[in-house]
Amino acid sequence: MPDSLKSVVCKFYDEYMKTTPKRLKVIDAYLFYVILTGVIQFGYCALVGTYPFNSFLSGFISCVGSFVLAACLRVQANPQNKSDFLSISPERAFGDFIFAHVILHLVVMNFIG
Amino acid sequence: MSDTGKGDIRSALSNPGGWKSLIVFSVLALAWLAGFSSRLFAVIRFESIIHEFDPWFNYRATHHMVEHGFYNFLNWFDERAWYPLGRIVGGTVYPGLMITSGAIHEVLHSLNIPVHIRDICVFLAPVFSGLTALSTYFLTKELWNPGAGLFAACFIAIVPGYISRSVAGSYDNEGIAIFALMFTYYLWIKAVKTGSVYWACLTALSYFYMVSAWGGYVFIINLIPLHIFALLLMGRYSQRIYVAYSTFFILGLVCSMQIPFVGFQPIRTSEHMASAGVFLLLQAYCFLTYVQGFMTKSEFRQFFVFAIAAATSVGFVGIIGLTYMGYIAPWSGRFYSLWDTGYAKIHIPIIASVSEHQPTTWVSFFFDLHILICVFPAGLWFVIKDINDERVFIFLYAISAVYFAGVMVRLMLTLTPVVCVLAAIAFSKTFDIYLKDETKKPTAEEIEEKEKNDKYYDKVGKAKKPSSEEGEKEEGLGMNVKSIVVVAILMMLMLFAVHCTWVTSNAYSSPSIVLASYGQDGARNILDDFREAYYWLRQNTHEKARVMSWWDYGYQIAGMANRTTLVDNNTWNNSHIALVGKAMSSNESAAYEIMRSLDVDYVLVIFGGVIGYSGDDINKFLWMVRIAEGEHPKDIKESDYFTPQGEFRVDSAGSKTLLNCLMYKLSYYRFGELQLDFRAPPGFDRTRNVEIGNKNFDLHHLEEAYTTEHWLVRIYKVRDLENRQRSLDVSSKPIKRSSSKKVGRRKKGVIKHKPSVVKGKRNKSKKQTSTKKTK
Repeated sequence: MPDSLKSVVCKFYDEYMKTTPKRLKVIDAYLFYVILTGVIQFGYCALVGTYPFNSFLSGFISCVGSFVLAACLRVQANPQNKSDFLSISPERAFGDFIFAHVILHLVVMNFIG
Repeated sequence: MSDTGKGDIRSALSNPGGWKSLIVFSVLALAWLAGFSSRLFAVIRFESIIHEFDPWFNYRATHHMVEHGFYNFLNWFDERAWYPLGRIVGGTVYPGLMITSGAIHEVLHSLNIPVHIRDICVFLAPVFSGLTALSTYFLTKELWNPGAGLFAACFIAIVPGYISRSVAGSYDNEGIAIFALMFTYYLWIKAVKTGSVYWACLTALSYFYMVSAWGGYVFIINLIPLHIFALLLMGRYSQRIYVAYSTFFILGLVCSMQIPFVGFQPIRTSEHMASAGVFLLLQAYCFLTYVQGFMTKSEFRQFFVFAIAAATSVGFVGIIGLTYMGYIAPWSGRFYSLWDTGYAKIHIPIIASVSEHQPTTWVSFFFDLHILICVFPAGLWFVIKDINDERVFIFLYAISAVYFAGVMVRLMLTLTPVVCVLAAIAFSKTFDIYLKDETKKPTAEEIEEKEKNDKYYDKVGKAKKPSSEEGEKEEGLGMNVKSIVVVAILMMLMLFAVHCTWVTSNAYSSPSIVLASYGQDGARNILDDFREAYYWLRQNTHEKARVMSWWDYGYQIAGMANRTTLVDNNTWNNSHIALVGKAMSSNESAAYEIMRSLDVDYVLVIFGGVIGYSGDDINKFLWMVRIAEGEHPKDIKESDYFTPQGEFRVDSAGSKTLLNCLMYKLSYYRFGELQLDFRAPPGFDRTRNVEIGNKNFDLHHLEEAYTTEHWLVRIYKVRDLENRQRSLDVSSKPIKRSSSKKVGRRKKGVIKHKPSVVKGKRNKSKKQTSTKKTK
């Protein structure tokens, strides 16, 4: 089991490096960075505590939100998914991304206290 | 408006698009107008006042906000309620309603239109009903076609199930919340269809408005995840769903936490956990499908099994663990009562005591929805037969709303829109079949005729349509069959319109603050006792006086009399209510102890025995006993208030405890001296149709302060302690009654009123209490 799993993962990595367009790789890097910040916040709250709970929540939700929105952007910008998103060009997707971020972070700033 | 449309036919026919949009526009405008005007019965018959109970609080809060500004409203600590506890209004209220009317007020005033805030409050719900019709049109248009959308808009504009909560003057959360609900659903469908972040953001914003307006937002945040989950199970997953749901969920989550009353509930209570669970599931699923793209089938299977097992077990154990550790609150009692209809009756009498929380009867389905409830299963069937992503949603909505409407009367309100949508689909489909002919837009044209039928059901529209159609019918089903079917359906729609108007005018348009009775000659007689009493309180009592009454009247006393109340319709503190219930159901001296300890100055009771008003305190009395018994089982026992045969009666056969309790005495004090009618003995209670059992008694610790014209409201003043302890054998020393204090104008023994029927409350008679509770 571990062996086969390992080979699967290796294959996945090779395929990924070969086929993914550069634009999507940038988004993936961003996604990875957002996950890291989320993990750091979570670790901090596990070690120190959640005291200003709304601040923790808004920080963490901002992470999750950024991740999800970037993932949506990636999904919409991915040429493979063109059939699903006929009416949405990558530029439109980026515009939506900005719009959603404005809303998200306005609310988060209000909530952070 | 549609007549001008007819006039333009010739020129517009050359441009079908313009013609169509003209019809759509005029039909929607007419729907708005019809919806608005059919809600005005109460204003025309009575006056422009706020109705019932909860709206009075909403009005008072709105008034406070307009006067003191938004931030003071959020920080408002209301010391006039729940004496001696007080209430933090800003943190315990859904502010959407107040903000909406406050904003309208602000805009109108900046345009130099000086409208009083009360008029805005009175007319808010009718105006929003038009917006509801619009959003229902758009929703149905997305689900089926524009023709069905027009049908749905017309239905929702006049259907009694929705009018019941949105007549002019019923200034309550539901009035704007149904609009928010339908609009959120429309945007959600749009988001699912396009898979665009933009629409999903708008859905979240509309959801935010809904959260700020009504506790029923929980319905949305469970229905949408259910939709996603059903789509996943059906194998209808697509990237669009991922985009729509992820964006909606995370924005909706953070937005909903901005409402002070909701606070951290979205991440702390079980009601919201389904949405979070589906969110995680969707993330995992999306990731897996993404990985799947890189692997062969067998490789993927290994990976898939492993990953799914890990993800579900982690998620499940996590949620259960958090629930046990107390981070996530288990389901609330109100929520349980949705699954087990007997739950509330046993555990939370105060929820069961509200007549709106009773299970729905079959009759009220027909009463509120008429023909629509019969056609709605057909619409559901059409939707299932021709299913796609967004129709799954309306299917789930229909199923869950039917269930909830069956459990609780007040949730009929959430059922009504979906019934309108599905019935519209059914009608539209039927007309598609039976009106198919050369003209290219049968439904639109049909709708327009139908619309006219709805509006002017007694006018020509109905007669004209079939005749014009008959000529065009040809092959296929045969002209006769087609025209018979069309005429039959049009007749049904006409009857629907008649029924809606009738129900609205008869059942849902009484303010219940002002009552009307009809004399034998048909003359209308206005009974304005409630306002009379509240105005008396306002003028004649000390500003800080504390008034004890049953919780139903708390908001009205605060709103109209501007006096401090002990309990009110926001029933958040059960034990406090139970204390008042205990005082009402104890004998006079025991009650006096309680009233002293609560600093009560005045006691207010509602008594309908003189005019036959069935919603009075004696009829609600058993609930006071039950609620008191829940908290003080040693002192109060429900069985004491029944006769040995288990009857609740106030005549001489009634139980001794009942005949001597405070509520009885306050209701019937000196009623034995009043002979209403020569055919009946003195002290004959018209509501319960008995001669009362305990006639000649005196009050030791209270004195009568005021009784209104029809004895509907009776106010008593609680006496101070005697300077010198008085011996309690009353027979030897009759108490000097009300020598120094002001006694209201009581017309003792005047036979003033003939037997009369009080409109409005009568139909609700045997239900227990008549108010509802802020959710």
